[in-house]
Amino acid sequence: MNLTLKVWRQSGPSDAGRMVTYRVEDVSPDMSFLEMLDVLNERLILEGDDPIAFDHDCREGICGMCGMVINGVAHGEQRATTTCQLHMRHFEDDATITIEPWRAAPFPVVKDLVVDRSAFDRIIQAGGFVSVPAGSAPDAHSIPVRKEDADAAFDAATCIGCGACVAACPNGSASLFTAAKITHLSLVPQGQPERLSRAKAMVDQMDAEGFGGCTNTGECTAVCPKGIPLDAIAQMNSDYLKANSK
Amino acid sequence: MTATIERGSATAPVNSPKKAPARKRPGGFLGSSNGKKVVMAVTGAVMVLFLVAHMLGNLKIFFGRDSFNEYAHALRTLLEPIAPYRTLLTILEIVLVVSVVMHMWAAISLSRRASHARPVKYVAKKSQANGYATHIMRFGGATILLFVIWHLLDLTFGVVNPEGFNSTPADRMVSGFDASRWWVTLIYAVAVVMVGLHLRHGIWSAFQTLGWANRNRYRALRVTAAAVSVVLVVGFLAPPLAITFGVIK
Ligand code: HEM
Ligand code: SF4
Ligand code: FES
Repeated sequence: MNLTLKVWRQSGPSDAGRMVTYRVEDVSPDMSFLEMLDVLNERLILEGDDPIAFDHDCREGICGMCGMVINGVAHGEQRATTTCQLHMRHFEDDATITIEPWRAAPFPVVKDLVVDRSAFDRIIQAGGFVSVPAGSAPDAHSIPVRKEDADAAFDAATCIGCGACVAACPNGSASLFTAAKITHLSLVPQGQPERLSRAKAMVDQMDAEGFGGCTNTGECTAVCPKGIPLDAIAQMNSDYLKANSK
Repeated sequence: MTATIERGSATAPVNSPKKAPARKRPGGFLGSSNGKKVVMAVTGAVMVLFLVAHMLGNLKIFFGRDSFNEYAHALRTLLEPIAPYRTLLTILEIVLVVSVVMHMWAAISLSRRASHARPVKYVAKKSQANGYATHIMRFGGATILLFVIWHLLDLTFGVVNPEGFNSTPADRMVSGFDASRWWVTLIYAVAVVMVGLHLRHGIWSAFQTLGWANRNRYRALRVTAAAVSVVLVVGFLAPPLAITFGVIK
């Protein structure tokens, strides 16, 4: 396949950035999106040009490092797929593809397509934990958990913190991420003692980081590679409301 | 021979972005984005209840001008003689004005946060959640506000109404939507449809905001939101259209 890429190039945090057009030839449809960029980067290096910086680590859809807005959609139009798991066979030959970084003030661009997502770490630090003596692994079933709760908590826990929800949200809100992190703890018995203080601390940190407010557009869950559902946000809202009405 | 490749800034040190300073944002419930959304949901709900009552009242015009005038009169004399003339109506008006102002305050405050959160716009952006109603909430809200001002001048204060203030409510209504003033009916229709679109998203959104929604209820909530919106649009459009087309004289 031959492709035309329009890629956001920004040499550093203080650069204004611009779209630059590249032509990539002989792309195999079996390549992942990142492999396609690797091919382009090898060529750029050989030509003495600056390779395009992008984040990645596991390349198997579990670490949450990769992520770019492809043709206006976070992680591309393929649903429930991270950028590293997106394959070139989903694109037409001779297509023009625009590639941009996550755009949000709390995610400053480090270089090109790499953004700093430490705002997410600080949201977790604010309350995304349970204060229990950890010790050795407890026996299974020593604390009974309803099957439905275990499943819903596990669904929420699959969030890989990629930030696509923020990138897709017209308000730049981190509600889906924060809600996933709140919900996966607030549905199990171990998370109960800190349930309300956790919701309050994490939502307040989310605001302090400069993320926007949620207006329930549903853009986040549509692009989330893990399909975190919107009801996580309802759960967060309910916990936050309770925390504030005590 | 050794080739030297000039790599430009690739090998230059990348200065790490400054740690974003915590924004100075007012604390407390009303300072939080979630708190503002709760204000929006509660005041929105008050306005929806008002709209339902208002629509039912308007439909009285189909039972004749007297029926409508009696209803308008009753609104002012309810609770009499226990409380003075217009007590209940004045309380309702205050509640409504407070709701509108707080709703707008929350809307503006959240819109400003949203634009601060995305200072650099996308070159290409494609919506994935196909919610037309969702994306015009702010525009729709502003349109509704302009309409409400016009509407009060027309039918409450009679300033822009052919009958003026010294007339009965029914006279103002029937003359206001006279066929010769078809454009008034048109503005009204556009505004009512805007309200419908606003509520199509707003009603289910309010449930989500208050934390009463979950995956088993989404379908029912969306259907309810759509149904209430349609009923309101039809109920509000029936009287003016009937007048403009001469069904009510
Ligand atoms: C004065 C002009 C108005 C403005 C500027 C305005 C603006 C907004 C905005 C921006 C939202 C948030 C959108 C979202 O959550 O996606 C909203 C939500 C809502 N609006 Fe309005 N609106 C106005 C009038 C009204 C009226 C007249 C009603 C009722 C009849 C209403 C009912 C609602 C409801 C129920 C919500 C949902 C609250 C929530 O999302 O939790 N609004 N409005
Ligand atoms: S909620 Fe989904 S989109 Fe958001 S950070 Fe987690 S995995 Fe990524
Ligand atoms: S590189 Fe780990 S999820 Fe894509």
